[in-house]
Amino acid sequence: MKITINGKNIEAREGQTILQAALANGIYIPHLCYHEKIGAAGKCRACVVEVEGMRGLQTSCSVMAKEDMVVNTCSQNALNAQKLVIDLMLSSGTHDCLACEQNGNCELQDAAYFLGIERPSVQYGEINREFDTSSEFVYVERNKCISCGRCVAACNTTVVNQVLDFGHRGHHTEIVFDTDKKMGESSCVQCGECVQMCPVGAIVDKNARGKGRLWDLKKVETVCPYCGVGCKLELHVNEKTNKIIKVRGVEDAPVNKGMLCVKGRYGFDFVGHPDRLTTPLIKENGQFREASWEEAIALVASKMTEIKDKFGADTIMGLASAKVTNEENYTFQKLFRTAIGTNNIDHCARL
Amino acid sequence: MTNDINGIKSSDVALIIGSDTTEAHPVISARLKQAVIEGKTKLIVIDPKKIKLADFAAIYASQRPGTDVAVMNGMMHIILKNGWEDKEFIANRVEPEGFEALKKEVEKFTPEYVEKISGIPAKTLEEIAELFGKAKAAAIYYAMGITQHTTGVDNVKSTANLQMLCGNMGIPGGGVNPLRGQSNVQGACDMGGLPNVYTAYQQVANADAQAKMENYWKVKLNNKPGKPMTVAFDDAYEGKMKAFYIMGENPMISDPDLHHAEEALKKLEFLVVEDIFMTETAKFAHVVLPASTYAEKEGTFSNTERRVQKLNPAVKAPGSALHDWEIHQLIANKMGLNWNYTKAEDIFNEIRAVTPSYAGMTYDRIGRYGLHWPCPTTEHPGTPVLHVGKFTKGLGTMFPIPFKDPAELPDAEFPTYLTTGRILQHFHTGTMSRKSEGLNNLAGPHVMISVEDAERIGVKNSEMVKVTTRRGSITTKAFITKRIPNGTAFVPFHFWEAPANQLTNNALDPIAKIPEYKVCACKLERA
Ligand code: SF4
Ligand code: SF4
Ligand code: SF4
Ligand code: FES
Repeated sequence: MKITINGKNIEAREGQTILQAALANGIYIPHLCYHEKIGAAGKCRACVVEVEGMRGLQTSCSVMAKEDMVVNTCSQNALNAQKLVIDLMLSSGTHDCLACEQNGNCELQDAAYFLGIERPSVQYGEINREFDTSSEFVYVERNKCISCGRCVAACNTTVVNQVLDFGHRGHHTEIVFDTDKKMGESSCVQCGECVQMCPVGAIVDKNARGKGRLWDLKKVETVCPYCGVGCKLELHVNEKTNKIIKVRGVEDAPVNKGMLCVKGRYGFDFVGHPDRLTTPLIKENGQFREASWEEAIALVASKMTEIKDKFGADTIMGLASAKVTNEENYTFQKLFRTAIGTNNIDHCARL
Repeated sequence: MTNDINGIKSSDVALIIGSDTTEAHPVISARLKQAVIEGKTKLIVIDPKKIKLADFAAIYASQRPGTDVAVMNGMMHIILKNGWEDKEFIANRVEPEGFEALKKEVEKFTPEYVEKISGIPAKTLEEIAELFGKAKAAAIYYAMGITQHTTGVDNVKSTANLQMLCGNMGIPGGGVNPLRGQSNVQGACDMGGLPNVYTAYQQVANADAQAKMENYWKVKLNNKPGKPMTVAFDDAYEGKMKAFYIMGENPMISDPDLHHAEEALKKLEFLVVEDIFMTETAKFAHVVLPASTYAEKEGTFSNTERRVQKLNPAVKAPGSALHDWEIHQLIANKMGLNWNYTKAEDIFNEIRAVTPSYAGMTYDRIGRYGLHWPCPTTEHPGTPVLHVGKFTKGLGTMFPIPFKDPAELPDAEFPTYLTTGRILQHFHTGTMSRKSEGLNNLAGPHVMISVEDAERIGVKNSEMVKVTTRRGSITTKAFITKRIPNGTAFVPFHFWEAPANQLTNNALDPIAKIPEYKVCACKLERA
């Protein structure tokens, strides 16, 4: 169907909201509580627009696009209202971006930038809620929370862990874990979905803090090395230190739709661990000593040949691996079947 | 899995049996929970442990460990008695002899008889059978709780019987769906990491397959199927197996009988271990070869739903560590062959050439979203749901499966069932997850015991308990929980400090040679 936004004719799909149609056509409208995955919440009112024939401002995340609709997202009225919302959010938290983990990736910052808000027009007294550092992998700074409710929806309807909720009343309302426990003492399983969904820097990866700015990190999509679900993840890597800094679930991956578990998201320390094997080792008199690849390979090849000649190829056994790639399992069984000449190959799938 | 992950939401009913999904396959569990809260899907959970998914289940039942065949036979008994089976499916898609034999076998599995064996109240079983039998599309999900038994193959066949009986094969939201435990178990099998098959399950003993591979590899091949790992360990113990080459596995934690495994490895003339850390197994090696992790390499993994997905390198491997395939190429060439792979994609293209189910995939086509095998041609979209309209071999076969007790049952001396498995925070033998301080802080070794057993032996939470079986004993912290039924204990197998596999029974399934990790008898004492 055709609709008009800011004088531009665009094509909208049946079932799309005004916000979705606008975003799909490259027209930005500030929005904070809406996220593709959890849908419209109608909470933040940052997304208000004018629609011809409708009275007052409309939240574009909840109004469906209709044939021939005429929408204005940046009329003075709409802009003023959007500014008011964002200004209020900035005023009621500590949005000092300099050391914030989310700097450069913050949807509140994006909205303020778009609306040209330099600094909040008022600052409501001292805002000093306690930081929650009790969780192993997640850091919660309620001073930056804008009460958009995305984390609550994510925890309850996406990963369905039912830990997060809003608690307390009135302007004391804040996110709580279980019955207002510290995150680390709650039933949270540290899947990090709330981290991934929070539009600001209120819930962040604890161990990534201070380790690299988003724009300095290389992003590489790959597959989780743990269970057989095969969640797609995006590694954020500091190329200077050759270290993985953090992991995001890939939102449009058909397998996991951005979700991960605590291992896939936070269990990557082994990759850069100091105990990694870095050189071949050969045992001599019960002790390992370092060896060159040439020496190690020559030893393996000659020993395999010797045992094959002396006892037969079927006295050699290979264990393939459920943790290495298809390509590497293929070359392994090919090595056994062609170079050694046995079908003695198995793996630990059943163990 | 015969079906795909995205199809979970098409199920009217999902039966979870022998899988603590929330702990071992958390993201599948999230998908199942979503389906439930959205109101489409009803869950049936059958597990000795009251797993987290039981909280979302329409019906939960706790069976005695090792009685799954009886439970499923009982469900089929009730379904047949009430005429809830899919008559059309049975008439068109399964061999009539098998169906008749199955019908005869399940006749004696009345709800009362099954209650005696499994402990599931007859009435509950009736409810389960009704919900499952009347569902339009019902799926079964299982994991090692079905396979790690001396009757593992029987259990798997029972799930297939049930799904054919109810016409749940080849439809969205149906299927028999084993949840694979490791990132590339599926791929390791697909690639011929098994003693009896080349890639895509082409039999080594089949002359045509042999000729095809000989022609491709230009070498004479051995047509004698090889030894499964469990048998190879026995042979090594007896001095008949001389060398082992172990890539990225740690049997010194995962083997069913660790003393036996240790003796076996010590008797070898030559042991090569290719891994990323000095594992418990690598310590016994004569040569250790440093390899790379998932984050360092290019290649593909095949997940539990047969989706082939691409890995891309993000960091550089430390020191002189190589990719596993580079190591294999060095050895092959040193042994006189002439391999010339320059990158993982070269190998993938060779895989495509000899593997019909992968033939249509290219790195380009796999792209960011992956492809399900079988994917025979480069135009083929991949196959998310198997067995639509027809089984690969034509008609499906049902098997009459008699019930057999587990190899070891509780008795006066060892009165408690012991079962083992995974927990969320750790993985397999711990080679990867236990290198994370955070994950270690979240969960350490423990034994889960019931409130009643804790009272009986006089321990409180976090106090030490000695768990003893006929094979050994470990001492570890008590984790007392209402989720475990009286008379059962659960030990996670990730921890070298309290290795579950010093306790487990290495009795094997006669066909699959899988050890019975899920049931044995133990004694609990205050330590
Ligand atoms: S980490 Fe996961 S379980 Fe914990 S609060 Fe966030 S979404 Fe919920
Ligand atoms: S913590 Fe983040 S996601 Fe949650 S309500 Fe606050 S701002 Fe929104
Ligand atoms: S992130 Fe978790 S659920 Fe996903 S593949 Fe990895 S281990 Fe499995
Ligand atoms: S995005 Fe529309 S109300 Fe928040």
